[in-house]
Amino acid sequence: MKARIKIQSDPFDLVRELEDMPKAAGALASFTGHVRGEDGVDALVLEHYPGMAEREIARHVEDAACRWPLLGVTVIHRVGELKAGERIVLVAVAAAHRSDAFAACEFLMDHLKHTATFWKQERRGTEMRWVDARASDDKAAKRWT
Amino acid sequence: MKLLYFAWVRQKIGKSEEDVARPANVATVRDLAAHLCALGPGYADALADLSRLRAAVNQEHAGFDMPIGDGDEVAFFPPVTGG
Repeated sequence: MKARIKIQSDPFDLVRELEDMPKAAGALASFTGHVRGEDGVDALVLEHYPGMAEREIARHVEDAACRWPLLGVTVIHRVGELKAGERIVLVAVAAAHRSDAFAACEFLMDHLKHTATFWKQERRGTEMRWVDARASDDKAAKRWT
Repeated sequence: MKLLYFAWVRQKIGKSEEDVARPANVATVRDLAAHLCALGPGYADALADLSRLRAAVNQEHAGFDMPIGDGDEVAFFPPVTGG
C-alpha cells in the first residue's frame, strides 16, 4: 500500500493530490477540512509537535490498512496561519471497493482529530483564543474500538 | 531529559523546550509536573491542574504514571484540536 503523510504550511493542490492516488484502485474516498468562517473567525493558527504528529498519523494509517484492504492513503495536514475558507486537512483513501474507502477515510479522520498532536488558535482581528477539545471528537474515535 | 511544551502550556511557561537533569525524586510524568510547578508561577499556572493536560514520553501518548528516565523526551500539552 502506498502511504503519503505530509505536514506543511503551504497550501496543497487538491486535484493533483487526488490524481496522484492509485488509479486502478476502483474506489477513491476523500475528506477535506476547511477553516470555518463562523463567529467572526478571521483565521486559525495551527501548531504541531513535529515528529510525534507524523508518527501518530502513520500509526493510524497502519491500523486502517490492517482493518481494510487499502491500496493507497494520503494524509496532508497544514500548520501555521490559515484564513477562513482555506483547506486545513486532506485524507484520501484508495481501495477496491467504496465501502472500504469510505470507512477507512472516516476512521482516519476520527483518529487524527482524537490523537494527532495539533493545536488550533482562533484569530479574530488581533485577538487570539485557543480552541477547546470537543467531547464529541473523543466519542467519534472510540466508536471504532 | 528534553522537555517540550505546546499551545497554552508553552505560552504560560514562556518557552517551547528545555533540557533538564532529572531530579532523583522524579520517577514518573506526574512527579516531573510537580517538580516543575515549584520552579515558578508560569510553570504552576501551566502544570498544576493535570486534568487539563496531556503528556507524551518519547513521542507517544503517556499517562501521568508513566515512568521516565534520564534520556527521555517528555512533552506537556492540552488535549489536541487538529483536523
